[in-house]
Amino acid sequence: MDIIELIFTVGFWTAAVRMATPLIFGTLGELICERAGVLNLGIEGIMTFGAMIAWMWVYQGGDLYSAILVAAIAGAIFGVLHSGLTVYLGVSQHVSGIGITLLASSASYFIFRVMLPNVTTPPKIESFEPLAIPFLSGIPFIGPVLFEQTIITYFAFVLIPMFSYLLYRTPFGLAVRMVGENPMAVEAQGIDVLMLRTVAVAFGSALMAIGGAFLTISVFDAFYFGMINGRGWICVALVIFASWKPGKAFLGTILFAGFDALQIRIQQESGIGIPYQFFLMLPYLLSIAALILISRKAAYPKALLVPFRKGER
Amino acid sequence: MSGANAIAGPVLEIRGISKRFGALQANRDLTFSLDRGEVLALLGENGAGKTTLMNILFGHYVPDAGEIYFQGKRLPQGSPAASLGLGIGMVHQHFTLGENLSVLENVLLGTESLFRLSQDNKTARDKLITLSERFGLRVDPDRLVAELSVGERQRVEILKALYRDVEVLILDEPTAVLTPQESVQLFSALRNMVAQGMSIIFISHKLAETFEIADRVVVLRRGEIAGVFDTEATSEGALAHAMVGRDLPKLDRRPAKPAEAIMTLRSVSVRLAEENNLHDISLELKAGEVVGIAGVSGNGQRTLTDLLGGNLTATSGELVLEGRLITKASPREFIEAGVARIPEDRHEVGIVGEMSIPENLIIESYRDSEFQRGGWMRGRQIAQYAKSLCDTFDIRGSGEAQQAKELSGGNIQKLILARVLNKRPRLIIASQPTRGLDVGAQSQVHQRLLDAKQSGAAVFIVSEDLEELFALCDRLHVMFEGRLSESIPIEQANIDDIGLMMTGKVIRSSGRAA
Amino acid sequence: MRLERRQGVPIAVRLALPLIAIAVALALCSFFLLWAGTNVGQAYLSLAKGAFGSRFALTETLTRATPLIFTGLAAAVAFRAKLWNIGAEGQLYVGAMAITFFGTGLVSLPPVLMVPFLFFVAIVAGGLLLLISTVLKTWLRVDEVVTTLLLNFVVLLFVDYLLFGPWKDPMALGWPQAARIIEEGRLAGIVPRSRLHTGVLFALGAACLVWILMRYTRWGFEIRAVGHNIKAAHFSGIPVKWAVMRTALLSGGLAACAGVTEVAGTKGYLTVDISPGFGYTGIAVAMLAGLNPLGVIGAAIFFAGIYNGADSMSRAMNVSNYIADVITATALLSMLVCSLLVQYRLRRD
Repeated sequence: MDIIELIFTVGFWTAAVRMATPLIFGTLGELICERAGVLNLGIEGIMTFGAMIAWMWVYQGGDLYSAILVAAIAGAIFGVLHSGLTVYLGVSQHVSGIGITLLASSASYFIFRVMLPNVTTPPKIESFEPLAIPFLSGIPFIGPVLFEQTIITYFAFVLIPMFSYLLYRTPFGLAVRMVGENPMAVEAQGIDVLMLRTVAVAFGSALMAIGGAFLTISVFDAFYFGMINGRGWICVALVIFASWKPGKAFLGTILFAGFDALQIRIQQESGIGIPYQFFLMLPYLLSIAALILISRKAAYPKALLVPFRKGER
Repeated sequence: MSGANAIAGPVLEIRGISKRFGALQANRDLTFSLDRGEVLALLGENGAGKTTLMNILFGHYVPDAGEIYFQGKRLPQGSPAASLGLGIGMVHQHFTLGENLSVLENVLLGTESLFRLSQDNKTARDKLITLSERFGLRVDPDRLVAELSVGERQRVEILKALYRDVEVLILDEPTAVLTPQESVQLFSALRNMVAQGMSIIFISHKLAETFEIADRVVVLRRGEIAGVFDTEATSEGALAHAMVGRDLPKLDRRPAKPAEAIMTLRSVSVRLAEENNLHDISLELKAGEVVGIAGVSGNGQRTLTDLLGGNLTATSGELVLEGRLITKASPREFIEAGVARIPEDRHEVGIVGEMSIPENLIIESYRDSEFQRGGWMRGRQIAQYAKSLCDTFDIRGSGEAQQAKELSGGNIQKLILARVLNKRPRLIIASQPTRGLDVGAQSQVHQRLLDAKQSGAAVFIVSEDLEELFALCDRLHVMFEGRLSESIPIEQANIDDIGLMMTGKVIRSSGRAA
Repeated sequence: MRLERRQGVPIAVRLALPLIAIAVALALCSFFLLWAGTNVGQAYLSLAKGAFGSRFALTETLTRATPLIFTGLAAAVAFRAKLWNIGAEGQLYVGAMAITFFGTGLVSLPPVLMVPFLFFVAIVAGGLLLLISTVLKTWLRVDEVVTTLLLNFVVLLFVDYLLFGPWKDPMALGWPQAARIIEEGRLAGIVPRSRLHTGVLFALGAACLVWILMRYTRWGFEIRAVGHNIKAAHFSGIPVKWAVMRTALLSGGLAACAGVTEVAGTKGYLTVDISPGFGYTGIAVAMLAGLNPLGVIGAAIFFAGIYNGADSMSRAMNVSNYIADVITATALLSMLVCSLLVQYRLRRD
């Protein structure tokens, strides 16, 4: 089957939508952090921890839905930690984020190992099954692709318009957009800048953790080391690529996931030809290429990376 | 203006406010009151503590001691939300606007509860338009702030406060960024507001406008009240004396003896982006004279100083430095040719805050064999050099290891001057050289520039302060939208005409505005 | 609550800072140990013994510290210039690949030349890798955090390909490893019956050289100025672009040296797991050292001790040795907070 035919199969697009799901959560999560002026490099670690804790919750007997909530709360806690360091104390956002990634990843591996000390093959859980939406899933082609996904993917679909609405049509969203441009403007209108940024970062981190949880409780059924595999960093690149706009972020994640799905298929089809490692490199190289294209004109939020020191002029 | 509207009982009472920042006592035991319907000027030189006090009133800072009463009620401290809630608004000197958002969004921010799930844009828009017409402050609600001129941005800043139905409005140096004509418009809007029942506190360091707009004046000096005056009952001299507390040394200024041209620009244009471009600039800077650029900031001055300082390359035209044609900018080349640059942003561009005073003093010349040999820095020579410069230029720090960012604004400026003037430059490019400095430091800087002119340097000054330009310059250009007017000898310059030119009106040789 | 700058912090406090941070980190991580059901005191004692408690432990710790000194220097140099090099892991492997290419038989020189030659090719390789991200940053404004990180994954995949493919040593009985580095290129052992090799001496030397460079040379001056305030540096005529590129070559080169010590010293041949995250730990090393090259030595030894100690502690007390990574991360964050509290005081408003 050659590539052109591949792109027109239902299976391909179903996989693409599925693979886009964690990216949607991760990218929107990072997007709101950066819009508020805070770079959150903890994303890779937070997604890892979200994956682990959701899986562990289900493994220990919890139900799948509350697992999502648990992951979100865990993510929010890391977000508050990051915010405490960078927003309240004004520590370097780069280093704090990397520290959080290291902490969240190592904590997830440690906790996993302590609770399951002697396993060589990661045990599996009963994960979300694809849920066909009646009537809509009957539509030819689009039906199975969009409406026979798992519940977290449906959340992702709903998240995108809700997120846009939140950002552009509510007072909170306006405040978030402003605090990333000119925090002094927000302070001068009587809003607590530090608290606002913390809420934004906590919310974004919760989304990131849900993105990670998706991988364990909806796709792979198991938690294994290194499963996030750089997807968090790719989300950071996608945010820049999307010019910090949710609509563009969605397009970016679909494009990227499509490319990723394509790369996997080609790998499977191509037989002896090119070693599979080169295919696996493509997502990362593609992200770098996307950044090269977009970065010169990128309009970063003006107050990104600048700590707000109350009462300092 | 005020007498008829003033109702008995002060609308605002400030009692015993004190505030310290580290070693600096910014406000010491300040007490005064504001009557309803009055315009009160808070006058003082830079660093006197006016902005600190108003920041306390508006809630940006918490005072160490003292209280504020608004209409008899105690004002909760440290909360802009509380101040706004009671009816106190502030127009900041550095506008608190988000450039990439629209006027309406900037005004709306914070006016609705953050828990609301929707925004009422329509009501907001109507209210904004009504307000802007009522007070004569026209703006388009849907334009992005980034597209507005400085005067328009200030209108948005004022409308933000009016939208909140404030009764007391604080304005922090509002005319610093306006042309004389725009200032007139502002004052008429203020009078309008007072007529409708508002009370105003107006921070300034300019005497003339204080007399024009204020009913009473509170003079601050070094954090303390130096006097409270009725404008009808006092004089400029009395206010000036209260502000400064002593007589200023007169500047030693002698007539210019222009010699050879150090730098010439011929039909230079610079295209950067949407704004801040230069169009067809021609300029000649000769040794032994001071040339000034008047103009509202944002008309290309920064581009011009970057160009003259070697930080920017011209898109077209010719730039001749010491007889040589320069085609590509290189700060180092300009520095080595004897161009001294005094940047507008002292902290951001003029010094590396985290490095020491000696390191900042050699930052332009660290490559000289005096300071390094074969790559190795010569620590002892650098220290000696720094010591001699600190003595000569009166730079006061607390030790060799101190980070430059801990110095006061005046000392930072002296450091920058020491760095560049010590090398006997041929050309000095000074951008807002005394902004934010107290009168004593200002005077020192001015004298150094004049001394440099006497020694045969060409001096070029860009300043928003017309008084400063008139005090120092031999001739002036006016800058507007990236173009320069013709050179105007200082004897023939007239403040009103210059003001008109700053707004873009061309003056014909007959003296009438076009 | 707000932060107020402190005036005049005594030098003794500054020097004690890393120790305070470490104490805080160990205290916080004791909660993890408690949760795992371990006796905290015994655990830390076991960790200390495993780290420094015997001749063998000491040599192991120093062996492990060697690559950490290099990656710590790499991070310290780069971060001083505000070049966020998170790609030390990839640069390490690129250095390892370079010496595998040249050092498994292609080139043969007497040992006194071979070893420096191998370091040289590694430094060039690592420097060039980081230079890619740096050029993208300097000329195209591409954020180097993301590119250096993503390149790590690319490099590791490439190593995977080489080791399962063209570089697979046929004499290795099916294990994915490359051919051995030739004798002349090996870093000699310096303590008998231990794994400690001359790499540690190279690392110590490098730390001293970097310290001298940053403090006493013109290039160090430029790098520091650019790192603190790039606008002011540019305004004053410092050639900013060249300073950043020099920094990149130095930082990438240092990280690559970690690849040399592991392949030519500790192991003798390239494998996929030659680095259990030395590149990332190097960041924690640099931060704990306050970005000071000499401090990197102490910080590297400390973290090496933690990892070493955790290995033996996990054997003795059945606690996952991932606790070492947790301690590392906590120490990094704790150091950030402590550094800040030294400069600023928290004031209630």
